[in-house]
Amino acid sequence: MITVEKLTKKYGATSVVDEVSMVIERNSITVIVGSSGSGKSTLLRMINRLVEPSSGRVLIDGKDTASEPAHLLRRRIGYAIQGHGLFPHRTVAENIATVPRLLKWEESRVRARVEELLKVFQLDPHTYAQVFPHQLSGGQQQRVGVARALAAEPAVLLMDEPYGALDPIIRAKAQEDLLDIQRRFGTTIVLVTHDMDEAFRLGDRVAVMSGGKLLQYDRPAVLLTRPADPFVSRMTGVSDRAMKLLSLTTAGEAAMPGGSDGPTVAASANLREVLSELVWRGEGSAAVLGEDGAACGHVTVDAILARGRP
Amino acid sequence: MTPARQPRLDPLGALLSAAGAAALIFLPFVVFKTNRIVPGDPRTLLEVLPTSLSVACLSLLTLTALAALWVANARVRLLAALLGVIVVAFAVATAANALTPPGNKVVRVAAGGAFWVLLVCVGLLATDAITRLRPGPALRVLFLALFFAVAGLALAHGTFDHLSVMREYAVNAGRFAHELRQHVWLALGSLLAAVIVALPIGIVCHRLPRLRAGILGTLNVIQTIPAIALVGILMAPLGALAAAVPWLAQLGIRGIGAAPAVVALFLYSLLPIVANTVVGLKRVSYTAVDAARGMGMTNTQVLVSIELILALPVILTGIRVVLVQNIGMVTVAALIGGGGLGTFVFQGIGQTAIDLVLLGAIPIVALAFTAAVLLDALVEALDRVRP
Repeated sequence: MITVEKLTKKYGATSVVDEVSMVIERNSITVIVGSSGSGKSTLLRMINRLVEPSSGRVLIDGKDTASEPAHLLRRRIGYAIQGHGLFPHRTVAENIATVPRLLKWEESRVRARVEELLKVFQLDPHTYAQVFPHQLSGGQQQRVGVARALAAEPAVLLMDEPYGALDPIIRAKAQEDLLDIQRRFGTTIVLVTHDMDEAFRLGDRVAVMSGGKLLQYDRPAVLLTRPADPFVSRMTGVSDRAMKLLSLTTAGEAAMPGGSDGPTVAASANLREVLSELVWRGEGSAAVLGEDGAACGHVTVDAILARGRP
Repeated sequence: MTPARQPRLDPLGALLSAAGAAALIFLPFVVFKTNRIVPGDPRTLLEVLPTSLSVACLSLLTLTALAALWVANARVRLLAALLGVIVVAFAVATAANALTPPGNKVVRVAAGGAFWVLLVCVGLLATDAITRLRPGPALRVLFLALFFAVAGLALAHGTFDHLSVMREYAVNAGRFAHELRQHVWLALGSLLAAVIVALPIGIVCHRLPRLRAGILGTLNVIQTIPAIALVGILMAPLGALAAAVPWLAQLGIRGIGAAPAVVALFLYSLLPIVANTVVGLKRVSYTAVDAARGMGMTNTQVLVSIELILALPVILTGIRVVLVQNIGMVTVAALIGGGGLGTFVFQGIGQTAIDLVLLGAIPIVALAFTAAVLLDALVEALDRVRP
């Protein structure tokens, strides 16, 4: 759990981050979203003290981050950034091994961890361990960047616009991978982006920042249904907010007992996708299939539409 | 690119061939002197070699010229250039042997204008061919080593012993080794001192942009002072220092001698290294440094294992500039008793003995060339690992 208390960063008279307080739950993905200059990156960088706060403090599991040397704190926190920041003169394996080596892990443990991470990130160790970053594609570089950030099994992972440089298809894949990895390692992830769709897709909770202030910090659905500020509605977008709301619920969550003669949809599909499918086929309901392939209920168009209202 | 089936006159080859031919016609190939000081008697290639040999030499040189003019293949051009080098060297050695009566150590046979022009022409042809071949760093060092091996073997074998430069060498052999060592020592010592001082200054300039303009400006001013003037400026304070602190004088720090020369070279060396360190560090990707810091490297670790390593090729390029520059400028040290190969150069100028000047100048050029090739190869080898 990360507790941010009245965190402020001033450069001269201007506050880039102004008295931000928030609690980030363990094992969750929190997305900080805002336009450029909103202070979102500065807020993130104060968590691992790449930027020292002017006032206020950050506690990780109750412990003040200012109570130890910054470089030791950072070795316990994963850090992945836009443009990956891989070291061009080191191989993929050496890049991933950076923090474990700083922590003086046994070499055999380092090797095993590098291999494990390469596999998790779908990079064949034999092919990729010994190549240099410039020999990889943009998507592969980004995956190595995240693998490197996770190498020393940090409980917290900070990500600063990690997918900003990727094209939409690779970005969608990277986002899916991140959700998998979060489930797999249980890492607490704090991610900064300017892309509200990305925030809705990834975030268990979303923090909206503007002008250094935290405007609203809540579940995505609440941001849509009860925006605390006109700026929040502008960020989330008004024209398709019903559809956005539907995309936050899966068919599995909305499934009601009973069967359906309509098409079958996966429990993991979101209601926006299910509705689109039903409209396309002209059907009134769909059967929901669980991960094991067995029917676990049904959804109707009416029930879906009811969930698209605040 | 010109299509291969439509051969075209190579412009560089045309220029070099014309220059070589003109030199052979209008300039003496060797200059014959009955002793060291009298004015020389110019001789052309045809005059000094037996007819059969001169015809052979001229045909082989024509062959080289034809290759330079018409052949596009870089390997063939290189072989032709090497053939040219061998022919020219062989011709001058044979001419010297032919003109020197047996046992006579007084006559001097110096290489003439035609020899030097031809040597430059085939040298340029070889350099151009090597550039077109784009050899890797290791191969280039190998070329250099081969060249020195062949040249060294020929010198050791006595092939050129009757040439006047080698006559001067024979007289000065003991001093030559000493001055060569002194020359290298002065050049490397001032470089080392400059690296030790300039690297931290460069790092400070990079970290504190406010200081950058002032420091680089000051170093720029130093760079504009002519070498001899700087040495002169340094003589007074170093002399006063030696008078005031006797143990410094015992260490060799005096107004004249090696000290002012080393200090001058050191001062000249600062700007290229500082400037390249700043540029090299600036070139290091910001995201790599940010990631390094974000993952918990200490400031020293970031500087040493990320920033300096990534800036190294650019810093080495600065060091290369300085080393080549120093090897040339150490020559001036001889003027104030600092020793080095410049001793022969200035002695030769004083005695109007051009051969003695060459005894100093040729090794200086060879040293500078070697330094340039070696450091270029090193920079390229390091630069290959990155995008």
